[in-house]
Amino acid sequence: MDNPVDPTLMDLADGRLRLRGGRCAACDEIHFPVGTACPRCGGDDIRVEPLADEGVLWSWTVQRFPPPSPPYVPSAAEFTPFGLGYVELPGQVIVESLLTECDPARLHIGMPMRLVEFSVPTESGETAVTFAFTPWEGHAS
Amino acid sequence: MSVAIIGAGCTPFGRYHGTTVRAEAVRAVRLALGDAGIAWSDIDYAVGGSLSGGSADSLVSELGLTGVPFINVLNGCATGSSSLLSAVHAIESGAARRALVLGFDSHPRGAFTISTGQMGLGRWYGTTGMAVTAQFFALKIQRYLHEHDLPPRLLSAVAAKAFHNGSLNPNAWRRKALTAADIENSAMLVDPLRQFMLCSPGDGATALVLCAAETAKRYRPDPVYIRAVAVRTRRPGSFEVLSPSLSIRPGHSPTVDAAAAVFEQAGIAPAEVGLAQVQDTDAGAEIIHLAETGLCAHGEQTELIDSGATALDGRLPINTDGGCLANGEPIGASGLRQIHENVLQLRGTAGAHQVARDPGVALSHVYGAPGLSGCTLLTR
Ligand SMILES: [Zn+2]
Repeated sequence: MDNPVDPTLMDLADGRLRLRGGRCAACDEIHFPVGTACPRCGGDDIRVEPLADEGVLWSWTVQRFPPPSPPYVPSAAEFTPFGLGYVELPGQVIVESLLTECDPARLHIGMPMRLVEFSVPTESGETAVTFAFTPWEGHAS
Repeated sequence: MSVAIIGAGCTPFGRYHGTTVRAEAVRAVRLALGDAGIAWSDIDYAVGGSLSGGSADSLVSELGLTGVPFINVLNGCATGSSSLLSAVHAIESGAARRALVLGFDSHPRGAFTISTGQMGLGRWYGTTGMAVTAQFFALKIQRYLHEHDLPPRLLSAVAAKAFHNGSLNPNAWRRKALTAADIENSAMLVDPLRQFMLCSPGDGATALVLCAAETAKRYRPDPVYIRAVAVRTRRPGSFEVLSPSLSIRPGHSPTVDAAAAVFEQAGIAPAEVGLAQVQDTDAGAEIIHLAETGLCAHGEQTELIDSGATALDGRLPINTDGGCLANGEPIGASGLRQIHENVLQLRGTAGAHQVARDPGVALSHVYGAPGLSGCTLLTR
């Protein structure tokens, strides 16, 4: 398996991908990725906890023009449109994520989504694993 | 009502060819001074800023070495509002009698490149294609249209109005009127936003001259009064640009706080506003900001826009100079362009894009990264 694009984002344990969230000991707010302070109250007692790997699509778009490179790794010539959205993990946090789907006809707010591994090119010309959410057809919302 | 605007100067926005951002900034200052009927040596406090155009205070080498205190401000899209606030405080405190406020900028073609490190974001966010501000505008309006049951066609209507107003404004970058169909036929860039629904970074310069309200009529018979200025940063739960996660406990945008603050300070109700310039980085932002500033209720935009209320001859004209969509967005100059436009409208000298009804109160509003807003209320 490729290396994670950033080891602080997620754990690849027992073949299962889980995002690493940060819970504030003072106010219970969860944020992602884990930072040094709580974005709600500024508290610095942050405990790492795994986030749910299922959620619902909160908003979405399709990136149809090449983002400026750098920082984006693929060059304009290699660019293909990709889906992007926010997925609400109920009771925890709403995370921004790449989506495996970029057909607007197959994306709607409120649809069930599931966390998956997603391969991306790196600056050194290799590939790395990041996270994405994919529509979860088998699951009724 | 303690501070007045007695001079306003703005040079054409767009992409500079055969001129420079510094030359245009100096020209805007001279226009504002000429408009006020005073000389640079009469200014005893100056403040201004630019993201990419250089230090405002270095322009003294062209304006004249008068020894004036000149403060540089850089506060993202609120650079103009923050500079204005600083000048108002200086005059109110008695530290200054006649102040200059300046905003100018010049940006390269294409989307803004985000430095993830400077924004406190991991490298992964940029390398995987998520550090793009247009995505935020798309994701915010997509959610907003869904939550408030608004039709996406409002986006084309807002953009068509912007380009119509821009076609009437000699300082606008985009001078060609476009129909809603032209806009619908432009390329989809970040769903639901198309090419002509997103503004471009550009070049521009604007300057204002301020004095104490009680002295304003010595300079001109038609001063415009600054009734309130407020700048606010975000509070918990707001949905901001470049956010890898959002709280499930939603809060409101800094726009809501900045707008509420100016209405309270001025003792003016949103219903009294006769025209407004609101941040329209994209067409969706205008729709959202109409409600976040309190000019209408959430969901009321369909009726407001369909009825023509936001057009130049409507009851609440919005972005009367073509806004960011027709003028582009030079970060440091954009907020003061709005104030310049409101000054012309309140004086009744906006020419071809003068609003039909006589406005008594004008609101201006900016919003930008990393989650801040500035609002200003002006009256005659
Ligand atoms: Zn906290």
